[in-house]
Amino acid sequence: MKAKELCTVISQECIGTDIYSMWIQTERIGKEAKPGQFISLYSKDGSKLLPRPISLCEIDSESGSLRIVYRVTGKNTGTEEFSRLQSGDTVEILGPLGNGFPLQEAEGKTVFLMGGGIGIPPMVETGKQIQGDVITIAGYRDELFLTEEMEKNGELYIATEDGSAGTKGNVMDAIRENGLKADVIFACGPTPMLRAIKAYAEEQQISCWISMEEKMACGVGACLACVCKSKEVDDHSHVHNKRICKDGPVFSASEVEL
Amino acid sequence: MNTKVNLAGVELKNPVMTASGTFGSGAEYSEFYDLGELGAVVTKGVANVPWPGNPTPRIAETYGGMINAIGLQNPGIDVFCERDIPFLKKYDTRIIVNVCGKTTEDYCQVVDRLADEDVDMLEINISCPNVKEGGIAFGQDPKAVEAITKEVKKRAKQPVIMKLSPNVTDITEMARAAEAGGADVLSLINTLTGMKIDIHRRTFAVANKTGGMSGPAVKPVAVRMVYQVANAVKVPIIGMGGIATADDAMEFILAGATAVSVGTANFFNPYAARDVAKGIEEYMRKYQVEDINTLIGAVR
Repeated sequence: MKAKELCTVISQECIGTDIYSMWIQTERIGKEAKPGQFISLYSKDGSKLLPRPISLCEIDSESGSLRIVYRVTGKNTGTEEFSRLQSGDTVEILGPLGNGFPLQEAEGKTVFLMGGGIGIPPMVETGKQIQGDVITIAGYRDELFLTEEMEKNGELYIATEDGSAGTKGNVMDAIRENGLKADVIFACGPTPMLRAIKAYAEEQQISCWISMEEKMACGVGACLACVCKSKEVDDHSHVHNKRICKDGPVFSASEVEL
Repeated sequence: MNTKVNLAGVELKNPVMTASGTFGSGAEYSEFYDLGELGAVVTKGVANVPWPGNPTPRIAETYGGMINAIGLQNPGIDVFCERDIPFLKKYDTRIIVNVCGKTTEDYCQVVDRLADEDVDMLEINISCPNVKEGGIAFGQDPKAVEAITKEVKKRAKQPVIMKLSPNVTDITEMARAAEAGGADVLSLINTLTGMKIDIHRRTFAVANKTGGMSGPAVKPVAVRMVYQVANAVKVPIIGMGGIATADDAMEFILAGATAVSVGTANFFNPYAARDVAKGIEEYMRKYQVEDINTLIGAVR
Protein backbone atom coordinates (compact mmCIF):
# COMPACT_ATOMS: atom_id res chain seq x y z
CA MET A 1 0.00 0.00 0.00
CA LYS A 2 1.41 3.34 -1.05
CA ALA A 3 1.76 6.03 1.57
CA LYS A 4 3.14 9.49 2.07
CA GLU A 5 5.37 9.65 5.13
CA LEU A 6 7.47 12.19 6.93
CA CYS A 7 10.77 10.36 7.41
CA THR A 8 13.91 10.98 9.40
CA VAL A 9 17.31 11.05 7.76
CA ILE A 10 19.66 8.51 9.33
CA SER A 11 22.80 9.46 7.43
CA GLN A 12 24.03 11.29 4.38
CA GLU A 13 27.31 10.75 2.60
CA CYS A 14 28.89 12.04 -0.57
CA ILE A 15 30.28 8.95 -2.35
CA GLY A 16 31.46 10.52 -5.60
CA THR A 17 31.31 13.73 -7.58
CA ASP A 18 27.70 14.85 -7.20
CA ILE A 19 26.73 11.33 -6.05
CA TYR A 20 25.12 11.10 -2.63
CA SER A 21 24.01 8.22 -0.46
CA MET A 22 21.24 8.77 2.08
CA TRP A 23 19.67 6.35 4.54
CA ILE A 24 16.21 7.29 5.72
CA GLN A 25 14.02 5.82 8.42
CA THR A 26 10.47 5.14 7.27
CA GLU A 27 7.45 3.90 9.16
CA ARG A 28 5.92 1.52 6.65
CA ILE A 29 7.33 2.25 3.21
CA GLY A 30 10.68 0.55 3.88
CA LYS A 31 8.96 -2.54 5.27
CA GLU A 32 6.97 -3.06 2.09
CA ALA A 33 9.46 -1.93 -0.55
CA LYS A 34 10.91 -4.34 -3.10
CA PRO A 35 14.04 -4.10 -5.26
CA GLY A 36 13.50 -2.10 -8.43
CA GLN A 37 10.78 0.03 -6.87
CA PHE A 38 11.27 3.73 -6.23
CA ILE A 39 10.20 6.47 -3.88
CA SER A 40 9.37 10.09 -4.59
CA LEU A 41 10.96 12.76 -2.41
CA TYR A 42 9.34 16.12 -1.80
CA SER A 43 11.25 19.38 -1.75
CA LYS A 44 10.55 21.75 1.12
CA ASP A 45 10.81 24.64 -1.34
CA GLY A 46 7.27 25.59 -2.39
CA SER A 47 8.43 26.68 -5.83
CA LYS A 48 9.44 23.07 -6.57
CA LEU A 49 6.15 21.28 -6.66
CA LEU A 50 6.74 17.88 -8.08
CA PRO A 51 8.16 14.97 -6.11
CA ARG A 52 11.53 13.64 -7.32
CA PRO A 53 11.44 9.92 -8.16
CA ILE A 54 14.56 8.11 -6.93
CA SER A 55 15.30 4.38 -7.08
CA LEU A 56 15.94 2.25 -4.01
CA CYS A 57 19.54 1.16 -3.53
CA GLU A 58 19.12 -0.84 -0.32
CA ILE A 59 16.13 -1.92 1.72
CA ASP A 60 16.23 -2.97 5.35
CA SER A 61 12.72 -4.35 5.62
CA GLU A 62 13.17 -5.32 9.25
CA SER A 63 13.80 -1.78 10.46
CA GLY A 64 12.01 -0.05 7.59
CA SER A 65 15.03 1.98 6.59
CA LEU A 66 15.88 2.71 2.98
CA ARG A 67 19.04 3.76 1.17
CA ILE A 68 18.94 5.92 -1.90
CA VAL A 69 21.98 6.79 -4.00
CA TYR A 70 21.28 9.71 -6.27
CA ARG A 71 22.92 12.32 -8.43
CA VAL A 72 22.69 16.04 -7.68
CA THR A 73 21.52 17.42 -11.00
CA GLY A 74 22.58 21.05 -10.57
CA LYS A 75 22.50 24.16 -8.46
CA ASN A 76 19.19 25.02 -6.75
CA THR A 77 17.66 21.69 -7.66
CA GLY A 78 15.58 19.39 -5.49
CA THR A 79 18.39 16.85 -5.41
CA GLU A 80 20.82 19.51 -4.19
CA GLU A 81 18.39 20.28 -1.38
CA PHE A 82 18.23 16.57 -0.47
CA SER A 83 22.02 16.35 -0.46
CA ARG A 84 22.17 18.97 2.30
CA LEU A 85 19.93 16.95 4.63
CA GLN A 86 21.76 15.63 7.66
CA SER A 87 21.11 12.97 10.27
CA GLY A 88 17.99 13.91 12.22
CA ASP A 89 16.50 16.09 9.47
CA THR A 90 13.17 15.15 7.99
CA VAL A 91 12.09 14.51 4.43
CA GLU A 92 8.67 13.69 3.05
CA ILE A 93 8.43 10.72 0.73
CA LEU A 94 5.80 8.83 -1.23
CA GLY A 95 6.18 5.12 -1.81
CA PRO A 96 6.84 2.38 -2.45
CA LEU A 97 6.11 3.12 -6.10
CA GLY A 98 6.24 0.97 -9.22
CA ASN A 99 6.47 -2.78 -9.68
CA GLY A 100 10.11 -3.74 -9.08
CA PHE A 101 12.20 -6.48 -10.71
CA PRO A 102 10.56 -9.92 -11.08
CA LEU A 103 13.01 -11.77 -8.81
CA GLN A 104 11.29 -15.13 -9.40
CA GLU A 105 12.40 -14.97 -13.05
CA ALA A 106 16.01 -15.19 -11.86
CA GLU A 107 15.57 -18.00 -9.36
CA GLY A 108 18.19 -20.70 -9.81
CA LYS A 109 19.54 -19.01 -12.92
CA THR A 110 22.58 -17.02 -13.92
CA VAL A 111 21.54 -13.40 -14.07
CA PHE A 112 23.21 -10.29 -15.38
CA LEU A 113 22.49 -7.20 -13.32
CA MET A 114 23.43 -4.37 -15.63
CA GLY A 115 23.54 -0.83 -14.38
CA GLY A 116 24.70 2.31 -16.12
CA GLY A 117 25.55 5.52 -14.26
CA ILE A 118 22.83 6.48 -11.84
CA GLY A 119 21.00 3.31 -12.96
CA ILE A 120 23.51 1.31 -10.91
CA PRO A 121 22.02 1.81 -7.39
CA PRO A 122 18.92 -0.43 -7.79
CA MET A 123 21.22 -3.32 -8.73
CA VAL A 124 22.58 -3.45 -5.17
CA GLU A 125 19.37 -4.56 -3.45
CA THR A 126 18.25 -6.56 -6.48
CA GLY A 127 21.50 -8.53 -6.34
CA LYS A 128 21.10 -9.10 -2.62
CA GLN A 129 17.66 -10.62 -2.96
CA ILE A 130 18.08 -12.78 -6.07
CA GLN A 131 18.23 -16.53 -5.44
CA GLY A 132 20.58 -17.33 -8.28
CA ASP A 133 24.06 -16.67 -9.64
CA VAL A 134 24.50 -12.94 -9.82
CA ILE A 135 26.91 -11.32 -12.25
CA THR A 136 26.82 -7.55 -11.91
CA ILE A 137 28.07 -5.42 -14.79
CA ALA A 138 28.35 -1.75 -13.92
CA GLY A 139 29.09 0.99 -16.42
CA TYR A 140 30.56 4.32 -15.32
CA ARG A 141 31.81 7.42 -17.04
CA ASP A 142 34.98 7.41 -14.93
CA GLU A 143 34.51 7.54 -11.16
CA LEU A 144 33.36 4.31 -9.45
CA PHE A 145 30.78 3.99 -6.66
CA LEU A 146 28.92 1.18 -4.87
CA THR A 147 31.49 -1.40 -6.03
CA GLU A 148 31.99 -2.90 -2.55
CA GLU A 149 28.26 -3.47 -2.15
CA MET A 150 27.95 -5.12 -5.55
CA GLU A 151 30.98 -7.37 -5.00
CA LYS A 152 29.16 -8.93 -2.07
CA ASN A 153 26.40 -10.10 -4.42
CA GLY A 154 28.69 -12.10 -6.73
CA GLU A 155 31.04 -11.43 -9.62
CA LEU A 156 31.40 -7.76 -10.54
CA TYR A 157 32.59 -6.48 -13.90
CA ILE A 158 33.21 -2.83 -14.50
CA ALA A 159 33.25 -0.74 -17.65
CA THR A 160 34.40 2.87 -17.76
CA GLU A 161 34.12 5.21 -20.69
CA ASP A 162 37.65 6.52 -20.16
CA GLY A 163 39.15 3.09 -19.44
CA SER A 164 40.31 4.14 -15.96
CA ALA A 165 38.89 0.92 -14.49
CA GLY A 166 37.75 -2.41 -15.94
CA THR A 167 36.80 -2.60 -19.58
CA LYS A 168 37.19 0.58 -21.62
CA GLY A 169 33.77 1.21 -23.06
CA ASN A 170 30.27 0.29 -21.94
CA VAL A 171 28.56 -2.63 -20.24
CA MET A 172 28.14 -4.48 -23.55
CA ASP A 173 31.89 -4.19 -24.16
CA ALA A 174 32.44 -5.68 -20.69
CA ILE A 175 30.27 -8.70 -21.55
CA ARG A 176 32.20 -9.34 -24.78
CA GLU A 177 35.64 -8.76 -23.31
CA ASN A 178 34.99 -11.17 -20.44
CA GLY A 179 33.02 -13.72 -22.48
CA LEU A 180 30.10 -13.61 -20.03
CA LYS A 181 26.86 -15.57 -20.42
CA ALA A 182 23.56 -15.43 -18.56
CA ASP A 183 20.01 -16.79 -18.66
CA VAL A 184 18.27 -13.59 -17.57
CA ILE A 185 19.06 -9.88 -17.60
CA PHE A 186 17.88 -7.14 -15.25
CA ALA A 187 19.02 -3.69 -16.36
CA CYS A 188 18.72 -0.03 -15.47
CA GLY A 189 20.45 2.89 -17.13
CA PRO A 190 20.31 5.41 -19.97
CA THR A 191 18.13 4.62 -22.99
CA PRO A 192 20.99 3.92 -25.47
CA MET A 193 22.33 1.33 -23.02
CA LEU A 194 18.90 -0.26 -22.59
CA ARG A 195 18.47 -0.35 -26.36
CA ALA A 196 21.77 -2.20 -26.78
CA ILE A 197 20.89 -4.64 -24.00
CA LYS A 198 17.47 -5.30 -25.49
CA ALA A 199 19.08 -6.08 -28.85
CA TYR A 200 21.63 -8.35 -27.18
CA ALA A 201 18.92 -10.22 -25.26
CA GLU A 202 16.93 -10.76 -28.45
CA GLU A 203 19.99 -12.04 -30.28
CA GLN A 204 20.85 -14.39 -27.39
CA GLN A 205 17.18 -15.28 -26.93
CA ILE A 206 17.25 -14.71 -23.21
CA SER A 207 14.63 -12.92 -21.13
CA CYS A 208 15.43 -9.36 -20.24
CA TRP A 209 13.84 -6.86 -17.87
CA ILE A 210 14.63 -3.19 -18.03
CA SER A 211 13.86 -0.30 -15.72
CA MET A 212 12.72 2.82 -17.54
CA GLU A 213 12.77 6.52 -16.75
CA GLU A 214 10.70 9.53 -17.82
CA LYS A 215 9.63 12.88 -16.38
CA MET A 216 6.94 12.17 -13.80
CA ALA A 217 4.31 14.22 -12.04
CA CYS A 218 1.96 12.19 -9.83
CA GLY A 219 4.05 9.02 -9.55
CA VAL A 220 0.94 6.89 -9.03
CA GLY A 221 -0.45 6.39 -12.53
CA ALA A 222 -3.05 9.15 -12.69
CA CYS A 223 -1.54 11.94 -14.77
CA LEU A 224 -0.24 9.91 -17.74
CA ALA A 225 2.92 12.02 -18.04
CA CYS A 226 5.49 9.23 -17.87
CA VAL A 227 4.36 6.86 -20.58
CA CYS A 228 6.49 4.68 -22.84
CA LYS A 229 5.61 3.03 -26.12
CA SER A 230 4.42 -0.50 -25.57
CA LYS A 231 4.00 -3.30 -28.08
CA GLU A 232 0.75 -4.46 -26.57
CA VAL A 233 -2.31 -2.30 -26.00
CA ASP A 234 -2.09 -1.01 -22.43
CA ASP A 235 -4.75 -1.84 -19.85
CA HIS A 236 -5.31 1.73 -18.77
CA SER A 237 -5.97 3.76 -21.93
CA HIS A 238 -6.20 0.91 -24.46
CA VAL A 239 -3.57 2.56 -26.67
CA HIS A 240 0.13 1.66 -26.74
CA ASN A 241 1.32 3.68 -23.80
CA LYS A 242 2.37 2.00 -20.57
CA ARG A 243 2.75 4.10 -17.48
CA ILE A 244 6.33 3.95 -16.23
CA CYS A 245 5.41 4.91 -12.66
CA LYS A 246 2.61 2.38 -12.30
CA ASP A 247 2.92 -0.40 -14.90
CA GLY A 248 6.73 -0.16 -14.60
CA PRO A 249 9.32 1.12 -14.07
CA VAL A 250 10.43 -2.46 -14.85
CA PHE A 251 9.21 -3.89 -18.13
CA SER A 252 10.00 -6.97 -20.12
CA ALA A 253 12.33 -5.59 -22.83
CA SER A 254 10.23 -7.20 -25.54
CA GLU A 255 7.17 -5.37 -24.24
CA VAL A 256 8.45 -1.82 -24.80
CA GLU A 257 9.78 0.08 -27.77
CA LEU A 258 12.93 2.06 -27.13
CA MET B 1 -22.81 23.51 9.78
CA ASN B 2 -23.80 23.12 6.13
CA THR B 3 -21.16 22.36 3.53
CA LYS B 4 -23.61 21.22 0.88
CA VAL B 5 -23.77 23.18 -2.34
CA ASN B 6 -26.05 22.90 -5.31
CA LEU B 7 -24.92 22.90 -8.93
CA ALA B 8 -27.83 23.03 -11.38
CA GLY B 9 -29.96 20.83 -9.15
CA VAL B 10 -27.17 18.42 -8.27
CA GLU B 11 -26.39 18.50 -4.58
CA LEU B 12 -22.79 18.02 -3.52
CA LYS B 13 -21.95 17.08 0.08
CA ASN B 14 -19.16 19.63 -0.01
CA PRO B 15 -17.87 22.04 -2.65
CA VAL B 16 -14.64 20.16 -3.36
CA MET B 17 -14.03 18.21 -6.54
CA THR B 18 -11.04 17.18 -8.60
CA ALA B 19 -9.86 19.01 -11.70
CA SER B 20 -10.12 16.96 -14.85
CA GLY B 21 -6.92 15.28 -15.94
CA THR B 22 -5.26 15.34 -12.55
CA PHE B 23 -7.15 12.49 -10.94
CA GLY B 24 -7.72 9.86 -13.65
CA SER B 25 -11.07 8.29 -12.81
CA GLY B 26 -10.15 8.22 -9.15
CA ALA B 27 -8.76 4.68 -8.95
CA GLU B 28 -5.16 5.73 -8.27
CA TYR B 29 -6.18 8.09 -5.47
CA SER B 30 -8.68 5.69 -3.91
CA GLU B 31 -5.58 3.95 -2.54
CA PHE B 32 -5.00 7.02 -0.37
CA TYR B 33 -8.47 7.96 0.90
CA ASP B 34 -12.19 7.32 0.51
CA LEU B 35 -13.37 9.21 -2.58
CA GLY B 36 -16.68 9.63 -0.71
CA GLU B 37 -15.00 12.45 1.19
CA LEU B 38 -15.20 14.59 -1.94
CA GLY B 39 -18.17 16.51 -3.29
CA ALA B 40 -17.51 15.09 -6.75
CA VAL B 41 -14.90 13.37 -8.84
CA VAL B 42 -14.37 14.98 -12.22
CA THR B 43 -12.84 12.42 -14.53
CA LYS B 44 -10.05 12.85 -17.01
CA GLY B 45 -11.34 13.87 -20.45
CA VAL B 46 -12.93 11.04 -22.38
CA ALA B 47 -13.43 11.03 -26.15
CA ASN B 48 -15.53 8.87 -28.48
CA VAL B 49 -12.52 6.67 -29.27
CA PRO B 50 -9.17 6.02 -27.49
CA TRP B 51 -6.62 8.82 -27.90
CA PRO B 52 -2.90 8.05 -27.61
CA GLY B 53 -1.91 11.55 -26.45
CA ASN B 54 1.31 13.42 -27.18
CA PRO B 55 4.95 12.28 -27.34
CA THR B 56 7.10 12.50 -24.20
CA PRO B 57 8.35 14.45 -22.33
CA ARG B 58 4.83 15.53 -21.51
CA ILE B 59 5.50 17.66 -18.43
CA ALA B 60 8.01 20.09 -17.01
CA GLU B 61 8.21 21.81 -13.67
CA THR B 62 8.12 25.61 -13.63
CA TYR B 63 8.48 28.04 -10.73
CA GLY B 64 5.57 27.25 -8.41
CA GLY B 65 3.84 25.36 -11.17
CA MET B 66 4.23 23.02 -14.08
CA ILE B 67 3.36 22.77 -17.72
CA ASN B 68 1.80 19.70 -19.22
CA ALA B 69 1.02 18.55 -22.71
CA ILE B 70 -0.40 15.09 -22.10
CA GLY B 71 -2.68 15.49 -25.12
CA LEU B 72 -5.79 13.95 -23.56
CA GLN B 73 -4.69 10.33 -23.67
CA ASN B 74 -7.82 8.37 -22.80
CA PRO B 75 -9.35 4.93 -23.35
CA GLY B 76 -12.45 6.17 -25.17
CA ILE B 77 -16.03 6.19 -23.98
CA ASP B 78 -16.72 2.43 -24.26
CA VAL B 79 -13.99 1.35 -21.86
CA PHE B 80 -14.84 4.32 -19.67
CA CYS B 81 -18.47 3.25 -19.34
CA GLU B 82 -17.60 -0.39 -18.72
CA ARG B 83 -14.82 0.18 -16.24
CA ASP B 84 -14.66 3.66 -14.77
CA ILE B 85 -18.32 4.44 -14.10
CA PRO B 86 -18.95 1.19 -12.16
CA PHE B 87 -15.77 1.88 -10.21
CA LEU B 88 -16.86 5.39 -9.24
CA LYS B 89 -20.38 4.20 -8.37
CA LYS B 90 -18.85 2.38 -5.39
CA TYR B 91 -18.22 5.71 -3.72
CA ASP B 92 -20.64 8.13 -2.14
CA THR B 93 -19.65 11.02 -4.36
CA ARG B 94 -20.97 12.72 -7.48
CA ILE B 95 -19.58 11.70 -10.86
CA ILE B 96 -18.79 14.39 -13.38
CA VAL B 97 -17.54 13.18 -16.73
CA ASN B 98 -15.21 15.46 -18.64
CA VAL B 99 -15.89 15.16 -22.37
CA CYS B 100 -13.36 15.98 -25.11
CA GLY B 101 -13.46 15.79 -28.86
CA LYS B 102 -11.94 16.97 -32.12
CA THR B 103 -15.24 17.87 -33.78
CA THR B 104 -18.73 18.76 -32.56
CA GLU B 105 -19.76 15.30 -33.73
CA ASP B 106 -17.12 13.68 -31.46
CA TYR B 107 -18.41 15.56 -28.43
CA CYS B 108 -21.99 14.68 -29.28
CA GLN B 109 -21.21 10.97 -29.65
CA VAL B 110 -19.82 10.91 -26.12
CA VAL B 111 -22.71 12.93 -24.74
CA ASP B 112 -25.19 10.56 -26.43
CA ARG B 113 -23.39 7.51 -25.14
CA LEU B 114 -23.57 8.90 -21.59
CA ALA B 115 -27.30 9.64 -21.79
CA ASP B 116 -28.28 6.35 -20.19
CA GLU B 117 -25.35 6.17 -17.81
CA ASP B 118 -25.70 6.91 -14.15
CA VAL B 119 -23.45 9.96 -14.01
CA ASP B 120 -24.38 13.27 -12.43
CA MET B 121 -23.02 15.94 -14.76
CA LEU B 122 -21.02 16.44 -17.92
CA GLU B 123 -18.14 18.85 -18.20
CA ILE B 124 -17.37 19.84 -21.78
CA ASN B 125 -13.70 20.52 -22.37
CA ILE B 126 -13.53 23.29 -24.95
CA SER B 127 -10.29 24.61 -23.55
CA CYS B 128 -7.50 22.04 -23.78
CA PRO B 129 -4.45 23.86 -25.16
CA ASN B 130 -2.57 20.67 -26.02
CA VAL B 131 -4.43 19.06 -28.89
CA LYS B 132 -4.22 20.19 -32.48
CA GLU B 133 -7.90 19.90 -33.31
CA GLY B 134 -10.86 20.56 -31.08
CA GLY B 135 -10.25 21.55 -27.50
CA ILE B 136 -9.29 25.18 -27.29
CA ALA B 137 -10.36 25.89 -30.89
CA PHE B 138 -13.95 25.73 -29.62
CA GLY B 139 -13.19 27.87 -26.60
CA GLN B 140 -11.63 30.99 -28.06
CA ASP B 141 -14.48 32.22 -30.23
CA PRO B 142 -17.76 33.22 -28.55
CA LYS B 143 -19.82 32.09 -31.54
CA ALA B 144 -18.20 28.65 -31.44
CA VAL B 145 -18.68 28.46 -27.66
CA GLU B 146 -22.36 29.21 -27.97
CA ALA B 147 -22.84 26.83 -30.90
CA ILE B 148 -21.21 23.83 -29.27
CA THR B 149 -22.95 24.51 -25.98
CA LYS B 150 -26.32 24.53 -27.76
CA GLU B 151 -25.52 21.34 -29.62
CA VAL B 152 -24.45 19.52 -26.45
CA LYS B 153 -27.42 20.84 -24.47
CA LYS B 154 -29.83 19.50 -27.10
CA ARG B 155 -28.60 15.98 -26.46
CA ALA B 156 -27.38 15.88 -22.89
CA LYS B 157 -29.49 14.12 -20.29
CA GLN B 158 -27.37 15.51 -17.45
CA PRO B 159 -26.62 19.13 -16.52
CA VAL B 160 -23.83 20.56 -18.66
CA ILE B 161 -20.74 22.34 -17.39
CA MET B 162 -18.72 24.27 -19.98
CA LYS B 163 -15.03 24.47 -19.09
CA LEU B 164 -13.53 27.77 -20.16
CA SER B 165 -10.05 28.68 -21.29
CA PRO B 166 -8.12 31.57 -19.76
CA ASN B 167 -6.26 32.01 -23.04
CA VAL B 168 -8.63 34.69 -24.32
CA THR B 169 -8.76 38.48 -24.23
CA ASP B 170 -12.00 38.62 -22.27
CA ILE B 171 -13.19 35.51 -20.48
CA THR B 172 -16.56 37.09 -19.60
CA GLU B 173 -17.35 37.14 -23.32
CA MET B 174 -16.90 33.35 -23.48
CA ALA B 175 -18.83 32.90 -20.24
CA ARG B 176 -21.78 34.88 -21.59
CA ALA B 177 -21.67 32.91 -24.83
CA ALA B 178 -21.78 29.61 -22.94
CA GLU B 179 -24.63 30.87 -20.80
CA ALA B 180 -26.49 32.00 -23.93
CA GLY B 181 -25.98 28.52 -25.37
CA GLY B 182 -27.70 27.06 -22.33
CA ALA B 183 -24.78 26.00 -20.12
CA ASP B 184 -25.96 25.02 -16.64
CA VAL B 185 -22.63 25.62 -14.95
CA LEU B 186 -19.25 27.08 -15.95
CA SER B 187 -15.89 25.81 -14.80
CA LEU B 188 -12.73 27.86 -14.99
CA ILE B 189 -9.89 28.11 -15.52
CA ASN B 190 -8.26 25.50 -17.72
CA THR B 191 -4.47 25.83 -17.99
CA LEU B 192 -2.63 28.85 -19.32
CA THR B 193 -0.64 28.19 -22.47
CA GLY B 194 3.04 28.29 -21.61
CA MET B 195 6.48 27.24 -22.77
CA LYS B 196 9.69 26.15 -21.14
CA ILE B 197 13.03 25.83 -22.86
CA ASP B 198 15.58 23.30 -21.68
CA ILE B 199 18.77 25.36 -21.95
CA HIS B 200 21.02 22.31 -21.50
CA ARG B 201 19.48 20.23 -24.26
CA ARG B 202 18.61 23.43 -26.19
CA THR B 203 15.14 22.31 -27.00
CA PHE B 204 11.60 22.56 -25.67
CA ALA B 205 11.09 21.04 -22.23
CA VAL B 206 7.90 19.30 -23.40
CA ALA B 207 7.77 17.55 -26.76
CA ASN B 208 4.63 19.45 -27.79
CA LYS B 209 6.66 22.70 -27.52
CA THR B 210 3.84 24.47 -25.66
CA GLY B 211 1.90 23.14 -22.72
CA GLY B 212 -0.74 24.13 -20.23
CA MET B 213 0.59 25.88 -17.16
CA SER B 214 -1.00 25.07 -13.82
CA GLY B 215 -0.21 24.99 -10.12
CA PRO B 216 -0.08 27.59 -7.33
CA ALA B 217 1.64 30.12 -9.61
CA VAL B 218 -1.54 30.61 -11.68
CA LYS B 219 -3.93 31.11 -8.77
CA PRO B 220 -4.19 34.93 -8.84
CA VAL B 221 -5.11 34.83 -12.53
CA ALA B 222 -7.77 32.21 -11.84
CA VAL B 223 -9.26 34.06 -8.86
CA ARG B 224 -9.49 37.24 -10.93
CA MET B 225 -11.25 35.41 -13.76
CA VAL B 226 -13.71 33.66 -11.44
CA TYR B 227 -14.54 37.04 -9.90
CA GLN B 228 -15.09 38.61 -13.33
CA VAL B 229 -17.23 35.74 -14.61
CA ALA B 230 -19.26 35.58 -11.39
CA ASN B 231 -20.19 39.19 -11.98
CA ALA B 232 -21.03 38.60 -15.62
CA VAL B 233 -23.30 35.53 -15.57
CA LYS B 234 -26.04 34.00 -13.43
CA VAL B 235 -25.06 30.33 -13.69
CA PRO B 236 -22.97 28.80 -10.92
CA ILE B 237 -19.21 28.54 -11.27
CA ILE B 238 -16.71 25.85 -10.41
CA GLY B 239 -13.47 27.65 -9.65
CA MET B 240 -10.04 26.16 -10.13
CA GLY B 241 -6.46 27.11 -10.87
CA GLY B 242 -3.70 26.53 -8.34
CA ILE B 243 -5.82 25.39 -5.41
CA ALA B 244 -3.64 23.45 -2.97
CA THR B 245 -5.15 24.33 0.40
CA ALA B 246 -8.50 25.25 1.93
CA ASP B 247 -7.31 28.86 2.14
CA ASP B 248 -6.87 28.85 -1.63
CA ALA B 249 -10.31 27.31 -2.07
CA MET B 250 -11.89 29.99 0.14
CA GLU B 251 -10.48 32.70 -2.11
CA PHE B 252 -12.35 31.19 -5.04
CA ILE B 253 -15.58 30.76 -3.08
CA LEU B 254 -15.43 34.33 -1.82
CA ALA B 255 -14.74 35.48 -5.38
CA GLY B 256 -17.94 33.79 -6.55
CA ALA B 257 -17.35 30.06 -7.06
CA THR B 258 -20.03 27.67 -5.82
CA ALA B 259 -17.60 24.76 -5.95
CA VAL B 260 -13.87 24.35 -6.39
CA SER B 261 -11.58 21.84 -8.08
CA VAL B 262 -8.21 20.67 -6.84
CA GLY B 263 -5.89 19.86 -9.72
CA THR B 264 -2.11 20.01 -9.85
CA ALA B 265 -1.97 19.79 -6.05
CA ASN B 266 -2.98 16.11 -6.35
CA PHE B 267 0.46 15.55 -7.89
CA PHE B 268 2.39 16.92 -4.94
CA ASN B 269 -0.03 15.82 -2.26
CA PRO B 270 -2.16 12.78 -3.02
CA TYR B 271 -4.44 13.78 -0.14
CA ALA B 272 -4.83 17.36 -1.40
CA ALA B 273 -8.51 17.30 -2.40
CA ARG B 274 -9.56 15.62 0.83
CA ASP B 275 -7.40 18.03 2.85
CA VAL B 276 -9.08 20.99 1.13
CA ALA B 277 -12.54 19.60 1.99
CA LYS B 278 -11.54 19.15 5.63
CA GLY B 279 -9.85 22.54 5.73
CA ILE B 280 -12.99 24.31 4.53
CA GLU B 281 -14.85 22.87 7.52
CA GLU B 282 -12.09 24.15 9.81
CA TYR B 283 -12.37 27.58 8.23
CA MET B 284 -16.12 27.52 8.81
CA ARG B 285 -15.67 26.54 12.46
CA LYS B 286 -13.00 29.17 12.99
CA TYR B 287 -15.20 31.95 11.65
CA GLN B 288 -18.46 30.40 12.84
CA VAL B 289 -19.90 30.13 9.36
CA GLU B 290 -23.19 28.20 9.47
CA ASP B 291 -23.61 27.70 5.76
CA ILE B 292 -20.90 27.73 3.10
CA ASN B 293 -23.44 29.14 0.64
CA THR B 294 -23.43 32.44 2.51
CA LEU B 295 -19.81 32.94 1.50
CA ILE B 296 -20.19 32.35 -2.23
CA GLY B 297 -19.33 35.63 -3.91
CA ALA B 298 -19.27 37.40 -0.54
CA VAL B 299 -16.40 39.62 -1.65
CA ARG B 300 -17.69 42.20 -4.11
